[in-house]
Amino acid sequence: MAEPLLSVRGLSKRFGGLVATDLVDLEVGEGETLAVIGPNGAGKTTLIGQLSGDIAPDAGTIRFRGEDITTLPTPARSQRGLARSFQITSIFKEFTALDNVALAVQAHAGHSFRFWTPARTEPVLRAPALEVLEQVGLGARAAVVAGTLAHGEQRQLEIAMALASRPRLLLLDEPVAGMGIDESQRMVRLLRTLRRQHTIVLVEHDMDVVFALADRISVMVYGRVIASGAPETIRANPEVRRAYLGEEVTP
Amino acid sequence: MGQRARTMTLLAGFLVLGLVPVVAALANQPFYLDLFRRIMIFAIAAVSLDLILGFGGMVSFGHAAYLGIGAYAVAIPAFYGIHSGAVQWGLAVVLSGLIALAIGAVSLRTSGVSFIMITLAFAQMLYYLGISIDAWGADDGMRLARRSDFGGVLDLTNAYVFYYVVFALLVVLLGLGRRLIDARFGLVIRSAKSNEPRMRAIGFSTFRYKLTAFAIAGGVCGLAGALLANQTEYLTPSYMHWTRSGDIMVMVILGGMGTLYGPVLGAVVFLLLEDILSAWTVHWQVVLGPLLVLIVLYARQGLYGLLPGATSRNG
Repeated sequence: MAEPLLSVRGLSKRFGGLVATDLVDLEVGEGETLAVIGPNGAGKTTLIGQLSGDIAPDAGTIRFRGEDITTLPTPARSQRGLARSFQITSIFKEFTALDNVALAVQAHAGHSFRFWTPARTEPVLRAPALEVLEQVGLGARAAVVAGTLAHGEQRQLEIAMALASRPRLLLLDEPVAGMGIDESQRMVRLLRTLRRQHTIVLVEHDMDVVFALADRISVMVYGRVIASGAPETIRANPEVRRAYLGEEVTP
Repeated sequence: MGQRARTMTLLAGFLVLGLVPVVAALANQPFYLDLFRRIMIFAIAAVSLDLILGFGGMVSFGHAAYLGIGAYAVAIPAFYGIHSGAVQWGLAVVLSGLIALAIGAVSLRTSGVSFIMITLAFAQMLYYLGISIDAWGADDGMRLARRSDFGGVLDLTNAYVFYYVVFALLVVLLGLGRRLIDARFGLVIRSAKSNEPRMRAIGFSTFRYKLTAFAIAGGVCGLAGALLANQTEYLTPSYMHWTRSGDIMVMVILGGMGTLYGPVLGAVVFLLLEDILSAWTVHWQVVLGPLLVLIVLYARQGLYGLLPGATSRNG
């Protein structure tokens, strides 16, 4: 079998006495959606941070598209096709929605040592950006200053910025965090349209979202992956139920 | 409407600066020529600082270092008999740009208060270097034997010619600045100020862009330094003193951080206040202080934000 798109071996990170990730092994194949679930403080966001390059692991390796990227900085990983969204909305608040996405396009359109042409008049940046905004359902909001968008719209913008780089792997950190039911359902519909065409690693608390999207689920507790498998297997796993599902999902 | 009002305001401002020599000649007050030339020179320095401070979010507290390097780049060749303006000014821009590159390469590895302190420390190092070199005047400084020489093309000893040279440089630099901040490069440094982790996540190695902006700002301020040496016909290490860095920073904040023309306005108001009030009292900053506090508290875009038609450039 060919090497999976992403493979993680023995990934470990401790903050002082706290073990955030403990010998984590993961594999994600092309086109697959892997959900990582677990109670608060299980190390999920730390895991995403290590995959994206924002947090340096203490031990372990991360291989992406056959290359060891364990020590690569964040921008270099983005250039290789790894895009992330943030748990706490992270956008350029003073700029319009279209500006935000066009910037993500610009990041992958050669160097930016260009000092003369107004970037906002460059069709090679604006057209793809608008296309992605329309894809996530924000086409009509392109000219709105991002900081004034509704919370749900800002979350959609997060996804749009990740998509604009045409990534091979999407790392989504709690994409429905803080959303109402309507917003959350809209986000799930959007994410469903992204499955298959994109490989996704999803960290999420909301079990309905996880079961609606995931091909496979890994369960983290206290920094360790205690179980991995198809959604039905995970649902039925007694250890998982005791550690996590029992608290939130009734059978 | 806002757009038009702003254009008119800007044109009026430039018209005033352009007509100062005429008024000075009619009123037979050559002093105004001198004052407004000095104002425009500091406006260039302030605009260069605003590129990194206001647009790039890099709070450099050592910007006067480049003013000093630019001045030395004129005075030292002159001391050894090289008066060519092309050589002196070229040297001023290149040298201060390169030194900014080196200082930035170290400083930009830090952020926040550390960045402020490290840029301040570098500038003070250069200041103390300046006062320790006896051959070049040490802390007394040295007179500039003559102004930069541009052959038969421009005669800087003519106060009017010199004035319009500075005026033209200011206008050209503002024009280039306008292009830069809206071009890809400008959007990168402005967005890095807004949200650097996001910039890195979407694939920008922000360091190289910030460093380039830092070097450009240094180079432009070096040019201002070369002009300043010609203006005062004197070189003193005090051009690099940290209080001078503070003055330039105050001009930027007063005029409006992150606006292109604000620092020009800031330089005008700061130096006019200094000129008018210091005739009454040496403690003229007693007036400046409260004004600055009011601006910081109530006018997010400084004095420029209070002008008719001024709007946020980001929208």
